[in-house]
Amino acid sequence: MSRRETARPGLDAGMREVALTIPVAPDMEIVATAQAMALGEYIEMPRDKIDEVKLAIVEACINAFEHAQTRDERVHLTFRVGREADGPEYLEVEVFDQGRGFDQRTVELPSLEKTFGGGKKRGWGLQIIRSLMDSVAITSGDWGTRILMRKYK
Amino acid sequence: MSEACKITVERRGDVAIFWTDGYINNQGGEEIARQAYTQLDSGARALVLDLGKTRIVNSIGISILIEVLEKVMDRKGTLAFCSLTPTIDKTFRIMGLAQYAAIYLTLEEAVKAAAPSGESAQQP
Repeated sequence: MSRRETARPGLDAGMREVALTIPVAPDMEIVATAQAMALGEYIEMPRDKIDEVKLAIVEACINAFEHAQTRDERVHLTFRVGREADGPEYLEVEVFDQGRGFDQRTVELPSLEKTFGGGKKRGWGLQIIRSLMDSVAITSGDWGTRILMRKYK
Repeated sequence: MSEACKITVERRGDVAIFWTDGYINNQGGEEIARQAYTQLDSGARALVLDLGKTRIVNSIGISILIEVLEKVMDRKGTLAFCSLTPTIDKTFRIMGLAQYAAIYLTLEEAVKAAAPSGESAQQP
């Protein structure tokens, strides 16, 4: 696990960035949520919103752990706090893996009705992430997958 | 690195009450399921899960809770949740769990609804 912190005043006035790399291993997603908690508290984001960011991170990490088959056995996270011009402060999290990627068009929307009676019970991660965060952008290819998600304070 | 979920169970008549403390992931979910099935096998008709000390339930944990819900429904029983954080409440509603399992603000409300006669689930 490694971590570096940099201030990037030239990119976005007042924006701060923390990078964290976690191994693909049980419960490592919780390590990532601790960073979100610290930065959320730093910008005085309400606790319930921080919890939503934490769950979104957990789901993004689990997806990478379970499906990505990462080449480096790592998941790379970048946390940014910033403020849009005349807008609210935000916490942004980028979750990147160097895995096999996936085609978003083939991801079936989950529903509880389908899961009853022996249906597939998994596959809720992306739905949860999209529902809890204010903006989500997913890019994926044979180079890996990048999930960029933002929550406003 | 582990944040194991601690589970405490109390039986009040036909109602089994579960208190969770910590992260509900696959291990936490499986432990809840194991203890839930034990309670169902010994005659519990209603399960109440108080998640007041849990702040994160991941989608794997929820998928296991759905399996528990299925088993409870097969046996014509009921499953209720209470003391949810706003994030867990929101997640359960996103997934449609609230259509099949009741969600209450407090344990008292959940237990009262699970044992409407008020006789069998009184606290000793």
